[in-house]
Amino acid sequence: MAARIEFQDLTLGYDRHPAVHHLTGAIESGALIAVVGPNGAGKSTLLKGIVGMLQPLGGRMRLDGIAPHDIAYLPQLAEVDRSFPLCVYDFVSMGLWRKVGAFGRIGRGERGRIEDAIRAVGLEGFERRAIGTLSGGQMQRCLFARLLLQDSSLILLDEPFNAVDAKTAADLLDLIRRWHDEKRTVAAVLHDMETVRRSFPETVLIAREVVAWGPTAEVLTPTNLLAARRMIEAFDDAAHICARDAAA
Amino acid sequence: MLYDLLIEPFAEFEFMRRALVGSLALSLGAAPIGVFLMLRRMSLTGDAMAHAILPGAAIGYLLAGLSLPAMTIGGLVAGLAVALGAGAVARATVLKEDATLAAFYLISLALGVVIVSARGSNVDLLHVLFGSVLALDDQTLLLLAGVGTGTLITLAVILRPLVLECVDPAFLRSVSHAGARVHFTFMALVVMNLVGGFHALGTLLAVGIMMLPAAAARLWTNDLTGLIGISVIIAGLSSIGGLLLSYHLSLPSGPAIILVAGGAYALSLVFGRAGGAIRHFLPARHLEA
Repeated sequence: MAARIEFQDLTLGYDRHPAVHHLTGAIESGALIAVVGPNGAGKSTLLKGIVGMLQPLGGRMRLDGIAPHDIAYLPQLAEVDRSFPLCVYDFVSMGLWRKVGAFGRIGRGERGRIEDAIRAVGLEGFERRAIGTLSGGQMQRCLFARLLLQDSSLILLDEPFNAVDAKTAADLLDLIRRWHDEKRTVAAVLHDMETVRRSFPETVLIAREVVAWGPTAEVLTPTNLLAARRMIEAFDDAAHICARDAAA
Repeated sequence: MLYDLLIEPFAEFEFMRRALVGSLALSLGAAPIGVFLMLRRMSLTGDAMAHAILPGAAIGYLLAGLSLPAMTIGGLVAGLAVALGAGAVARATVLKEDATLAAFYLISLALGVVIVSARGSNVDLLHVLFGSVLALDDQTLLLLAGVGTGTLITLAVILRPLVLECVDPAFLRSVSHAGARVHFTFMALVVMNLVGGFHALGTLLAVGIMMLPAAAARLWTNDLTGLIGISVIIAGLSSIGGLLLSYHLSLPSGPAIILVAGGAYALSLVFGRAGGAIRHFLPARHLEA
């Protein structure tokens, strides 16, 4: 169980415009790191780049100890079609995909693990409920149960506490701490600085480029946060080709 | 009396028995496909695909006359080309699948009409348009049975990734490369069923035995297994009912089958236990917890 990510001058973006610009650094194995920054800073883009949904525009990224398909990734707006007639139990069981695949049997051991995951997120009693009948917070718990089953050494969470009440957020945060204790690598995009200060030892503050990266207390200083806020959000359609690549 | 009404037509006439076997085989495969089309919000895709098949079948007819293999292959090629082309374009460009599919099937339809008129022959395409469920020969019955069997087996094999592709495609992409393969396999099943269906019901109505039972079933259950079961039952009963109706009232049989399915849909709209009108307008008293 060791998943490490290394970025070397990584640029990610859309249609040639950089959203994450010349990122260098590493997320060490077992890290619990918060990714913070203003809207449009490239936080979600960075996670998408790590799971391989975006190809780098420049630079390189290396995953050590894990394949892209083994990463447990919780997107910001999960594209779940909740009108599909599927119950919580079946939905959560998809977390076992890497183990059972398209044809593998879900035997007694797997059923036990599914029940454990549902219990761990506090959804016992909801097993047979259709996912369309869940509230926003319950659905988020459901998605966390699936993440639990994925049993991944690298977990990426994009704004996991969005539109979730305090109790649910606290419960889910406990799960994240548990993952950290189990030496899994966890990176989460967050907006609530209080949560970050309390629970995340390491933080990377980005505003398209890295503003600061290190122990949370050193990163979340007023100076750094102000610098991040000064980022210019809009893409410039008349922008020149990035000179730093040419210099390198 | 009941015997005269329900059994005699089939006992007496071989063509009725053939029609029964053919349409039941069709129901077995097409109805579950319709369920997934509906759940993926692709109900109209079936219709578009049916139009895409028409020119292929027409070309087959032009080249080889009323030959089952020629028309089947023509329809399959045209349908698969449109499905694959639309899917590939949707994945590689900014256009979404619905817009791409609309573009592709219209081009395919226009191309078919041009080819037909260029040959200048006065082709009778009534068979292709409205089918001939009362004139199913052994070959066609085998085709229909093969399509039904193939569909059920394939669905069983791809069920898990197919459900995942419907519910949470991004998650499937993040754990596996199966998404695109599953999608194309499913579209191939749609095409196969439409091509099988047009021999019995015609290209325009083949979609009916797919979508009407599925839509009706959705009003009775919230469970996927239930949906598939109920839609197959409705499709089968519509086939039997439609054939009997056409026999006793001398109606064209293909449309009669679809009309009975339409009747089942209308009844479900009113009485359906899972979202029908009665439940909507006369809600039951609420529970304690």
